[in-house]
Amino acid sequence: MTATKAPTEPPSTPRVVRRAGDRIFAGSAKGSGIFILLVLAGVAAFLISEAIPALTAPAEDIPGGEGLASYIAPLILGTLLGAVLALLVATPLAVGIALFVTYYAPRRIAAGLGYVIDLLAAIPSVVYGFWGLAVLAPALVPFHVWAEDNLGWIPLFAGPASTSGRTMFTVGLVLAVMILPIISAIAREVFSQAPALHREAALALGATRWEMIKMAVLPYGKSGVIAGAMLGLGRALGETMAVAIVLSGGAGATLNLISSSNPSTIASNIALRFPEATGLGINTLIASGLVLFVITLGVNMLARWIVNRRADFSGAN
Amino acid sequence: MAKRIEVSDLNIYYGNFLAVEGVNVSIEPRSITALIGPSGCGKSTFLRSLNRMHEVIPGARVEGKVVMDGQDLYGADTDPVDVRRQIGMVFQRPNPFPTMSIYDNVIAGNRLNSKKMKKSESDDLVERALRGANLWNEVKDRLDRPGSSLSGGQQQRLCIARAIAVEPDVLLMDEPCSALDPISTLAIEDLMAELRDRFTIVIVTHNMQQAARVSTSTGFFNLNGVGQPGRLIEFNPTEKIFSNPDQKATEDYISGRFG
Repeated sequence: MTATKAPTEPPSTPRVVRRAGDRIFAGSAKGSGIFILLVLAGVAAFLISEAIPALTAPAEDIPGGEGLASYIAPLILGTLLGAVLALLVATPLAVGIALFVTYYAPRRIAAGLGYVIDLLAAIPSVVYGFWGLAVLAPALVPFHVWAEDNLGWIPLFAGPASTSGRTMFTVGLVLAVMILPIISAIAREVFSQAPALHREAALALGATRWEMIKMAVLPYGKSGVIAGAMLGLGRALGETMAVAIVLSGGAGATLNLISSSNPSTIASNIALRFPEATGLGINTLIASGLVLFVITLGVNMLARWIVNRRADFSGAN
Repeated sequence: MAKRIEVSDLNIYYGNFLAVEGVNVSIEPRSITALIGPSGCGKSTFLRSLNRMHEVIPGARVEGKVVMDGQDLYGADTDPVDVRRQIGMVFQRPNPFPTMSIYDNVIAGNRLNSKKMKKSESDDLVERALRGANLWNEVKDRLDRPGSSLSGGQQQRLCIARAIAVEPDVLLMDEPCSALDPISTLAIEDLMAELRDRFTIVIVTHNMQQAARVSTSTGFFNLNGVGQPGRLIEFNPTEKIFSNPDQKATEDYISGRFG
């Protein structure tokens, strides 16, 4: 009887074939993931361990003599002020450029314009700094005077207007030019990928070109634009050279954008002070670096949260 | 409401390529006109030329006349945007706006006309359009959900609701059921039969049984060979096309001898 004949070998689970290529790829991908986490953890550990002496030191030992919080607070304000101003100027411009390149410009002009904008990203930040100092700052002096006269009732333009133009306002514009290519490149990419299906749906309903963009392109590209803006904000927050060259900083916390006494930014303050800093001064600068690290991390998490909030409606499903 | 479309000597180009040549046809109001023919014969191209969606493609253009109740759709002073507001379109793949809720999808076209609507008015409009598209009972409890959360057949009926919400004169349908299962297809065919009383409907379909089931007139497009322009070979009442067509080519296509 064959039915009772037990198989000679015990049934075994089928062996998974492990191919060399799969293993190498999986391993290198996993390795890269772990590597970036290690780098991040190393930087964070360095910042924290070096910042601890400054965090625990008595207030009168910190440069300025009034404690760590009052040393860093104006720097945080300066950093955010410059970066937010840059973002407010650059984002609408970048979206406009991206829309023009993707949906309005004749194809030949569009390609050329795209390259020119990308070229802006290739200019070293020190060049931007000198351009801001030598060209933009003097050119903006008349605007500073005008703003003081006409918009002086807004705290941002309280004045007195700087005669050199080396103000937070100028810095914001220089930073705006620097982050423009990042935001517009990403916006261009996502706008050009808005599905033809939905663009045609809008047109077939009788949408004009602008209405089609409002219905089918902008909603689709919104999360991409936010991501691009946050990348730009990250660069603006951390920008060192251009700010250090243009800004006449070092003053206390003020919202005044157009006067010659401005709060410095964290990154430019570190660059300017580090060469002469000793002992606790170094720890204080590193503590301010830790704050910048946390701010940038917070900005990125905020961006991610904004992008995910309406994931159902993103068009990705 | 429903209007007649007269097409005369229509040539349709992509750049220098003549895609469709010499179409003369009169499309009756309150009827369903089906366009059939093998792939690449220009029936979708012809359909898109009726609401000036053809020219959305760079280099695409049209020669000849399309007149809707006396209005020359390609006249010098005719705005394509106005044409598309009068002639609605439903596409092959369901394309509700993914960033909008079901509710917002339905009134998307009305919002374009940018008249301020009261909440109660737009509520009525949404309900009427969704009932018209036989979708109301399925979605009335989740109007604030994204349109893309619906099944394919429901999405296509949502697109029909969106198209009829603006009360167009003509409704063009470009293979509206080709991405759908038979049950959803049946739902849309039933819907078309209801809509026939209110609109002029033109449908492109690859499904000859569908053309035979739903349409009152049928046009057969064909082309002589690759690279040749497509032509309207025969246009007749559907019964005649499917029982006793005038042209040999039509009979061959319908009986499955080619295509």
